[in-house]
Amino acid sequence: MTKIIIDGKTYDVNPKKNLLEICLSIGLDLPYFCWHPELGSVGACRQCAVTRYRDEKDTEGRLVMACMEPVQENMRISLKDSEAQKFRKNVIEWLMTNHPHDCPVCDEGGECHLQDMTVMTGHTHRRYKFKKRTYKNQYLGPFINHEMNRCIQCYRCVRYYRNYADGKDLNVFAAHNHVYFGRHEEGILENEFSGNLIEVCPTGVFTDKTLKKNYTRKWDLTNAPSICNQCSLGCNIIAAERYGKLRRILSRYNGKVNGYFICDRGRFGYEYVNHRKRIKHTLMRNRQNGNLQETNKDSISASLKEIISKKKVIGVGSPRASLESNYALMKLVGAENFYHGVSENEFKMMKTVIDILQNFPVRTPSQKEIEKADAVLIIGEDLTNTAPMLALAVRKAAKNVRGKLGEKVNIPEWNDAAVRELAQDAKNPVYILSCHSTKLDDIAADVYHGTPDEISKAAYTVANFISSDAPADSEISEDASSFAKNISSILLNAEHPLIISGTSLLSESAIKSAANIALALNSKNLKAEISFVVPEANSIGLALMSGEHFGTFNEKQDNENYETVIILENDLYRKAGKNTADGFLKKFSNVVVIDHTENRTTVKADFVLPAGTFAESDGTLINHEGRAQRFYQVFVPTGEIQESWRWLKNINTRMQNQNGKQWDNLSDFTNALADEMPILSGITEIAPPPGFRMAKQKIPREPHRYSGRTAMHANIDVSEPKPPEDPDSPLTFTMEGYRGEPPSSIIPFFWSPGWNSAQSINKYQIEVGGPLHGGDPGVRIFEPKEIPGKYFNIIPEKFDRREDQWFMFPVYHIFGSDELSALSPGIAELTPECYLALNPDDAQKLNLSKESRVEVIISEEKINLPVKIKFELAAGTAAIAAGLPDSPFIDSPSWIKINKVE
Amino acid sequence: MERPLTKNIRPGRPPLDLKEYERADGYQSLKKCLKEFQPKEVTKIVQDSNLKGRGGAGFNTGMKWSFVPMNGDIKQKYLVANADEMEPGTFKDRILLEGDPHLLIEGMIVSAYAIQASTGYIFIRGEYTEAAEILRKALSEAYNAGYLGKNILRSGFTFDLHIHTSVGRYMCGEETGLLNSLEGKRAIPRAKPPFPQVSGLFGKPTIVNNVETLCNVPHIINNGPVWFKNLSRTDDGGTKLYGVSGKVKKPGAWELPMGTTIREILEEHAGGMMDGVKFKGVLPGGASTDFLVEEHLDVKMDFTNLMKAGSRLGTGTMIVLDDKTCPVGFVHNMERFFAQESCGWCTPCREGLPWVEKILRTIDSGDGTLEDIDLLLFHTKYLGPGNTFCALAPGAMEPLQSALKYFMDDFKRHITQRGCPWRH
Repeated sequence: MTKIIIDGKTYDVNPKKNLLEICLSIGLDLPYFCWHPELGSVGACRQCAVTRYRDEKDTEGRLVMACMEPVQENMRISLKDSEAQKFRKNVIEWLMTNHPHDCPVCDEGGECHLQDMTVMTGHTHRRYKFKKRTYKNQYLGPFINHEMNRCIQCYRCVRYYRNYADGKDLNVFAAHNHVYFGRHEEGILENEFSGNLIEVCPTGVFTDKTLKKNYTRKWDLTNAPSICNQCSLGCNIIAAERYGKLRRILSRYNGKVNGYFICDRGRFGYEYVNHRKRIKHTLMRNRQNGNLQETNKDSISASLKEIISKKKVIGVGSPRASLESNYALMKLVGAENFYHGVSENEFKMMKTVIDILQNFPVRTPSQKEIEKADAVLIIGEDLTNTAPMLALAVRKAAKNVRGKLGEKVNIPEWNDAAVRELAQDAKNPVYILSCHSTKLDDIAADVYHGTPDEISKAAYTVANFISSDAPADSEISEDASSFAKNISSILLNAEHPLIISGTSLLSESAIKSAANIALALNSKNLKAEISFVVPEANSIGLALMSGEHFGTFNEKQDNENYETVIILENDLYRKAGKNTADGFLKKFSNVVVIDHTENRTTVKADFVLPAGTFAESDGTLINHEGRAQRFYQVFVPTGEIQESWRWLKNINTRMQNQNGKQWDNLSDFTNALADEMPILSGITEIAPPPGFRMAKQKIPREPHRYSGRTAMHANIDVSEPKPPEDPDSPLTFTMEGYRGEPPSSIIPFFWSPGWNSAQSINKYQIEVGGPLHGGDPGVRIFEPKEIPGKYFNIIPEKFDRREDQWFMFPVYHIFGSDELSALSPGIAELTPECYLALNPDDAQKLNLSKESRVEVIISEEKINLPVKIKFELAAGTAAIAAGLPDSPFIDSPSWIKINKVE
Repeated sequence: MERPLTKNIRPGRPPLDLKEYERADGYQSLKKCLKEFQPKEVTKIVQDSNLKGRGGAGFNTGMKWSFVPMNGDIKQKYLVANADEMEPGTFKDRILLEGDPHLLIEGMIVSAYAIQASTGYIFIRGEYTEAAEILRKALSEAYNAGYLGKNILRSGFTFDLHIHTSVGRYMCGEETGLLNSLEGKRAIPRAKPPFPQVSGLFGKPTIVNNVETLCNVPHIINNGPVWFKNLSRTDDGGTKLYGVSGKVKKPGAWELPMGTTIREILEEHAGGMMDGVKFKGVLPGGASTDFLVEEHLDVKMDFTNLMKAGSRLGTGTMIVLDDKTCPVGFVHNMERFFAQESCGWCTPCREGLPWVEKILRTIDSGDGTLEDIDLLLFHTKYLGPGNTFCALAPGAMEPLQSALKYFMDDFKRHITQRGCPWRH
């Protein structure tokens, strides 16, 4: 620690931080624009000027920019010095010479960092009497609105987009007071993390188009801390509603998980919540006309209670439903009748993943810890499309070499432009084993392409090169072997080697070979880490529960006696081929589906119970890291929508605790689950229970500036309705309650006096850019075991291509491959048509060009697809876009025949 | 009087080719260095000579070199000649570039040897097409003669030298803006520290020196630091290329002892003011230096004395203001240039200079108010060194603040008479 004196007061501060970071960490209000905790300092905006004195005799001092100032022992500075204050006010005055006076109609208004800083510096009077500069705005795609006249040229957008997210198509053009930030021409922003521009921009240049469509002032939103459920990473988000519509998603800072950012699928994929296909009422099939018809909660509950009490019931759980909902289903049907709503292949892969995470001496890092790796090997995952924020984390890991290089010549890591200049293209090594080219190839030291099995074989060989105890592959190709040799020495020389694999390739071997490498490194006393990408938001949670995959129901004894199935938040047609799914559903005379949006399964149901989406329910999810996290209801939905676990409670009167009290709220389920499953015992610690109060008050979901409450329902009834109660959390659905800082796990929105924008996060952190007060939320359930671990030793056989068949494997798209987000209009606009990709030789063999269409039979379905040519695909393989609204169910290993459509 | 920098220059005739240059003792300093001196010794000699940077900042050149890391583990270092002569009113480097290209090349090889740089660039102003052509020819001669390239004169020292023609921004004359531009990036300045000596071109140790600075190096090596110091009339060593533009009888540039007075340059070399006009003021070192007036005519033109008089030596090429030229229009013209050339990186410069320019335009056209004067003073106060990211805006404020100091009456006359007194 270093001692510095700020306005006569002595502080012990972290010498690795710059003066601005220190002032903010102490809690002082020092305005800034161009500095960002993730982007570092460049000294462009000159807003954070403070006076620095040579020594105690110096009374004049000189202005320095706090963001560019390293701290020194006994350094004396002043924020209050009148010259510094004047200068900071002047900077705002200069910025305001060209900033429009459109605050009252600006999308950013009320959450604008520029507004806050203007108020903070006290600039009120306009002396500039000339015309303002104007620009043309650009169309940037369905997500982001561009309004360049508001720009204050802080350069954050291009620094984030180009230097942090490695985007190419946003740049700064022109010079002097006509500097322009945009694309070289209008068009959709290409980078998958472009939405963060909305939060990075200190004013209203880049704003959320999805919010703009349903605009409401930001202080009028009802907010809740939530967890993104559009992939397995569990990024923390703030979801916000008004008038029963979900209106936007912001990233919710978590220093262990997603930090300041989220991906575009996570930010803009929420609109399915407002979709016309939402199920809002209970539906029952009319036995006469065969139609699903609206009924009501009481009558459907009564019917279901009767069926359940008389008939044998099985339940199909879901990797996208909360732990509590899955548990409630398991409780209702009994563990022996609880099935996982996943394919056989996914089930096996998940069991393997759990086995490795639970029983191996290898640690799985959090998203933010991945950024600290100094050598990364990715096996078979296209991270940008399957776990986008992990791709961003790997990008950061690759660049982390800069800090080390800077250290050698005394350039602090926060001095962003300088460390980038020093490091040039230097990167920590990232190696990719993949069936096809991926977006991360641009930072990769090397890439190896092969069939899914060839990738695993190469990975097994890496493990064998690291430790001869790991099984060797006698048939490995020379190419793969030399690639593997190279990687093995890179990994052995790293301090924090990391292996990333996952389930998306549908290859258990990929997962096992990854484990072998981590084990081998571990045997060399290297603390290698392993991270798996899994299919859905709660895949890990479901996989921890007992039960088999639903395909095994056929093998169940007396399965013909089961007449009822309850399917929880799951479209079985995404988990099995059409005939298989049809066949499964036909076995039951009562198909009960609890889900929130119409899909192929709900239309086959006899009873449909309208579930809440993440925005209308509370629950716990376990992400890919094994981090259990709680999401909270944002608003009380209209109609009969309620949490799945609450529906299950409604139709099951047996849910009681020991003293006979009926389970009622979420924590009854969470507590019971924690009791029953020791591995989940920590989930009660994730967040305070519903009874938690601060100063005897609940935490409000609405900011104190929330307006119009008495008028909102006046068209229905002039007396204001009683606000809804929330029995499941310490949060209220109103603006009343505790106004201070809540515990980190239940922060509905970030706000601090004078700090109305996302920048107020500074006030919630122990140190700027560090953990939230009280620690970052989430409870880890896996820690490495102190046992040696056993190598997997079944190496796949050599790939033999077939004469008239192609080995099929899936490829994914960030926009479209996720079931729910694909329903959001913006995402849908960017979703491609499902296609089949072949390498050029194979295409030629089939007489196909990129304009051709083909007919293939996949999972018993005949489908017609356009063709893409991809040079890097292995001969004899075909890639098919998976998970898109028009994609078939894809299982592996599977071979397909391809017929040209003439 | 010795004129080492310009002794080979023959106005109206092409520059010396390699043979001629060699006959005029060319490349002797290189041979001497390679034979007699260790790199550090070369740096020491240049440091002892008190050669100060001729680009304007006036930092001791040898001292600057001494900050370059000299341990063996740094493989790549760069030397860059700043030939991006963009300062308004300045044309002294052009004379050297066009008149004696081998002198610059020799100076660069010796300097590169001192810091053990293996690659050099001459970053030359885009409009200097003739100079670039001349340099290209000289470079090729030097390569053919073995003065450049691998294993120079069998010494084991390797140095490659390239020419880069700028696409033309004033910012490229600032050494870090120049480096960014040379890397193909936007010409915006870099924060210091780190200095280019530690992390410069492509993040490698780099020295950027002005053309005139580098051209002094061979002579210092040949004749020693004491000789060099004695060339000067003051403590700042050597000779200096001084130039004069404005309404004088004989505008031009001359190599004179460092410390020659303004009066001597103006009256003896530039031939005094044209008939019918009177001297009113002078920017002694280019557009970004403070005005000096009548009372300063006997100030010696060197780094120290001009600083004492309230201005700077800058590039040493002065712009003369006469009594028939409106000082407001004169300054407005300067500020229009600076506002246009602001790179747009930092707020005060990007937003402040256009404001200043607009105010001056308003005053000049007769629509100014007294509050406008306050706003100009406000800018001269707050666009100072340290407040802005680089020296562009503070430089832009120097002619303005001194004009307001010496010619305030003229500004006020524009306001009270609602127009420019010179035009009516």
